[in-house]
Amino acid sequence: MSSSSSFSFGSLMRRPETGSFLGLAAVFLFFTAFGGVNFASPTGAASWLNVAAQLGIVAIPIGLLMIAGELDISIGSIIPAGSMTCAIISGHFDLPIVFGVGAALLLGAVIGLINGLLVIRTAVPSFIVTLGTLFAVAGMTLGFSVLVTGTTSVAIKVPEAKWLLGDFIGGIYQVTIFWWIAAILFWGFFLHFSRFGNWIFAMGGDKVSARNAGIPTDRVTIMLFVCSGMSAAFVGLSQAILYNSAQVSAGQSYIFNSIISVVVGGVLLTGGYGSVFGIVLGTLTFAVVSQGIYFTGFDANWASLIIGVLLLGAVLMNNTFRKMALSYAPKKGAK
Amino acid sequence: MADAILSLQGVNKSFGPIDVLHDINLEIKAGEVLCLLGDNGAGKSTVIRLLSGVHKPSSGQILMDGKPLSFSSPRDAADHGIATVHQFGGTFPLMSIGRSFFVGREPTRWVGPFKVYDRKTANEIAVKAVQNFGITRIDDGDRLVGGLSGGERQALAIARAVHFGARVLILDEPTAALGVKQATHVLRIVNEAKRRGLAVIFITHQVMHAMAVGDHFAVLIRGAIASDFKKGEKTREEITDLMAGGASMATLEAEIESNMASHDA
Repeated sequence: MSSSSSFSFGSLMRRPETGSFLGLAAVFLFFTAFGGVNFASPTGAASWLNVAAQLGIVAIPIGLLMIAGELDISIGSIIPAGSMTCAIISGHFDLPIVFGVGAALLLGAVIGLINGLLVIRTAVPSFIVTLGTLFAVAGMTLGFSVLVTGTTSVAIKVPEAKWLLGDFIGGIYQVTIFWWIAAILFWGFFLHFSRFGNWIFAMGGDKVSARNAGIPTDRVTIMLFVCSGMSAAFVGLSQAILYNSAQVSAGQSYIFNSIISVVVGGVLLTGGYGSVFGIVLGTLTFAVVSQGIYFTGFDANWASLIIGVLLLGAVLMNNTFRKMALSYAPKKGAK
Repeated sequence: MADAILSLQGVNKSFGPIDVLHDINLEIKAGEVLCLLGDNGAGKSTVIRLLSGVHKPSSGQILMDGKPLSFSSPRDAADHGIATVHQFGGTFPLMSIGRSFFVGREPTRWVGPFKVYDRKTANEIAVKAVQNFGITRIDDGDRLVGGLSGGERQALAIARAVHFGARVLILDEPTAALGVKQATHVLRIVNEAKRRGLAVIFITHQVMHAMAVGDHFAVLIRGAIASDFKKGEKTREEITDLMAGGASMATLEAEIESNMASHDA
């Protein structure tokens, strides 16, 4: 990612994603050793890439929010809400899929907008605001689904849209993987190569100074919440199309999983530091651990233990690397 | 006076029932350092906030180049060329020097259809601007600001303000958190800013630092200007007394000194 002309081991060590890269390498080697050839085979890779792709699409905007000093846990409800909206409109009412997808994305955007407005207007910590919307949206999804369809699970059959939003390529790789790659490229450019990225880092570093420097902090905050809401709705609707059905409760695990991915990926919980590439590595690490366990002879219940230890290890390692980055000063004469 | 860049005329400020500033008259000219002295709670910070657009005066007016004006926001004040540098530099510890220098005003260039942050230009300009203030240790714009010393951060913030066309530089206790050597650094930078024709408002409660760079001094006591004098008109002891609001400080100092002397002996 660095366009630095001179390459050095030292400068590599000072990047936010170094820790997560080492973590990923470690778990990958571990599961290749214990999971055997199956784990690294195309079929094996598909199992964790599919998980990583769905998680990754939400983890990146969540990570950007964290870099900007905010948090969004309402995605846990926006994912099933997006799923149900799409399924009710295009499944239950049989309207064209464009409406289902559009409505789901719009719903995600509106919830994000509400989150953002509440955060900037009330100055209540975003954790609390989005905790509120998490429950509110979960309740609304359940209530409306039962009200409209009488059930909590709606079937949706949209063969015309499956190739784009929810199919398996070669029978094993989900289309979402390509959406994830698109998201990585888009956000990577946005955060590291556009001027807006600089604003996000500055906001996470010191919001008051950032505002005084002329950054429209309110608009950027709202925009980030809208993006995380829409990304979550997108994951929801693509799940509905992939599995041909939507359930009211299918997203809560994403809350913690995305935070774990982001933190393992080297983003500082208090904001101001991190990278999209790091978040991608963190997401892959999470997916490798949660799926890799099935390739080993171990009981799958141990996966959570590994993830917990990994999270703590990653945070400690990231702290160390960040200190190295901070204390770095070029030696006299060295170039 | 005609050549004052910025002046306060009969400014009062109250927050609800509490009067914080009474009838403040101050003026600051280009190429001059005005030292604003005062004990904690004397109202120094409120004066800064008025000048930097955070608060508005309750009555009285702020004049810039002889014209009355009112700042709607800190950004508005900054657009008028008034830059405030806070104790810790108001910079972002986990950002690189180049990125931090250009926050909100990032240089961009076109790469194909994309408008890209120009890291190389940003780093070059930032490093050069800081080096012009005599901080030659900074030569890599990719270094994180958090790795700089307190004095270097102040230098970066001041260089940034000057680069973006500040005419009035407000330094809020720039030396308070620094060691002796670092503080000397900052004082040298203040002199350099003055030499370049900026008007500097230097807020401090360290009389020694004030006397090292100041041309013009104003002592605030409980929200009013207790004394307004030029360089060389008062001794250090007199200023310290003024700040403490009486002769007690000088007496105390004399006592301590004689105590120390007797212990040393």
